[in-house]
Amino acid sequence: MTEATPIELMTIAGSRLLRDGRVVFAGVGAPLEASVLAKRLHAPALTIVLEGGSIGPRMLPGRLPVSTNEMRAARDAFMLTSINDLFLYGQRGHYDYGFIGAGQLDQYGNVNTSYIGDPDQPKVRLPGSGGANDIVSSCREVMIMTRHEPRRFVERVDFITSPGYLNGPEARRAAGLVRNRPTAVVTDLALLGFDEATGRLRLDALQPGISEEQVHANTGFELLVSESIGELAPPTDQELAELRWLRDGNRSDTSQTREVRTAP
Amino acid sequence: MKDAADKRMSLAEAADLVRDGDTVAGGGCCYSRTPWAMLLELLRAERRDLTLARNLMCYESELFLASGAAAKLVSSWVGIGLRWGIPKVFREYVERDPSIYEEWSHLSFGMRLMAGSMGMPFLPTASLLGSDLLDRTPAKHIRCPFTDELLVAVPALVPDVALIHVQTVDAAGNAQIEGPAYMDVECARAANTVIVTAEEVVPSEAIVRTADRTAIPGFVVDAVVEVPFGSYPHECHGRYEADFAHFDAYTEMVTRDGVAGVQAYLQENVHGLESFDAFLDMVGATRLLEQRRRARELVGA
Repeated sequence: MTEATPIELMTIAGSRLLRDGRVVFAGVGAPLEASVLAKRLHAPALTIVLEGGSIGPRMLPGRLPVSTNEMRAARDAFMLTSINDLFLYGQRGHYDYGFIGAGQLDQYGNVNTSYIGDPDQPKVRLPGSGGANDIVSSCREVMIMTRHEPRRFVERVDFITSPGYLNGPEARRAAGLVRNRPTAVVTDLALLGFDEATGRLRLDALQPGISEEQVHANTGFELLVSESIGELAPPTDQELAELRWLRDGNRSDTSQTREVRTAP
Repeated sequence: MKDAADKRMSLAEAADLVRDGDTVAGGGCCYSRTPWAMLLELLRAERRDLTLARNLMCYESELFLASGAAAKLVSSWVGIGLRWGIPKVFREYVERDPSIYEEWSHLSFGMRLMAGSMGMPFLPTASLLGSDLLDRTPAKHIRCPFTDELLVAVPALVPDVALIHVQTVDAAGNAQIEGPAYMDVECARAANTVIVTAEEVVPSEAIVRTADRTAIPGFVVDAVVEVPFGSYPHECHGRYEADFAHFDAYTEMVTRDGVAGVQAYLQENVHGLESFDAFLDMVGATRLLEQRRRARELVGA
């Protein structure tokens, strides 16, 4: 098995955070891949829900959806409903995890996917919230997955598309965000948690082979540090093989033989 | 018109129901069950100053901006899909003048249509709280009159015209949807005028036999147009997959040539052709049937 890429490290670390029997609202890309991987490995009773109205789909390896609304995202679902319905189960409190990506995020876990620069005279227009704002406003535990780069981890986001702790727990409460909380940020360098008292991001564990200095060097703000920094276990051969199979549909480098069309 | 038993007409006739300056809401989501044929027909008819609203937009966003058909877009996300990113010309337009784009979250946009569909002026939601989106939309803070909880009130969206593409409909407009309904039902119920295009117009008896699948009743529908492959190059659940090669070619052209690339695409696929049928002829049966085969693989049909 060839060595894990940074994206694979991140995706596998994300998948391990999802516990069996729960419901995860996953964004497209790495959060969805992490969710599908978790379901195939340690969380067979995990229910994945996707923005387009798909509840409990099982993906066809090699044909993962490119958008969470398309047929590939609806494959073998238990229920296909409307978008409003899909989100309103979340607003009602039925979703344990919300799992999203981030264009830019700050030390309080506020996410920007709208504008780089002044929103009235923007440097760059980004795709926007989609369901991310709704996910962070309602899903019980909000988790964010993104590459760990200084341009993404900034002191203060230019625009809050999807709020984290704003300026701290009191600000979050005062804004009316009382139903849930952000809990983790998973990157290719580390696993970050939130300090309950200040709402600021904290380094909890390092990806294998990554130093604390590397994490700080790639973070554009002062990152709090846990009293005892852990080290994430390296990806197992099984995790890597499953993830690669999901992505490319080729069962080449594993001893397991499983029909492509029989999802667990 | 709404009480007529037979509302069938052509795409060109349906386009006459849309006036310059209208707010037009499109059904489907991103590149799924998009009313693509009807959108192209509005471009062919050279409508102007439209406000185009759609929950997630694909590259129709920049077709409408670059052609001058739309003066404003309302959405929660604009992108072609993960692998193609954000439409480049859309991005340039908004970076030049952010006021042409009104940005919501997905659910808050949906709650606007739902309020419209319920005949209510607004609905409350827990979305948008604490975000900067709240300051840049007409949404307002509101306190629950019973619990005092801080919430957000979003105003109803009542489109002048809704464009909906479905799998089956009868001549009276009773429409059935396979796969996720997206926001089509709320959109149709909220709008003042509703144009339904469909893969197939079926006899009413076929609708009656499966009435539990009817998503939109005929009395809200004004026009029915039969358009097989009416979402192509986007997908229609169970019928055909999106044509990613078409997206690749499109994005390559627009990445290279910017707004001129969009104009060239419009010339080649809309203005240089007589009709949507001519567009499908140009694509060719082999390619369309391959997309159909790929869709069947996914639904196990």
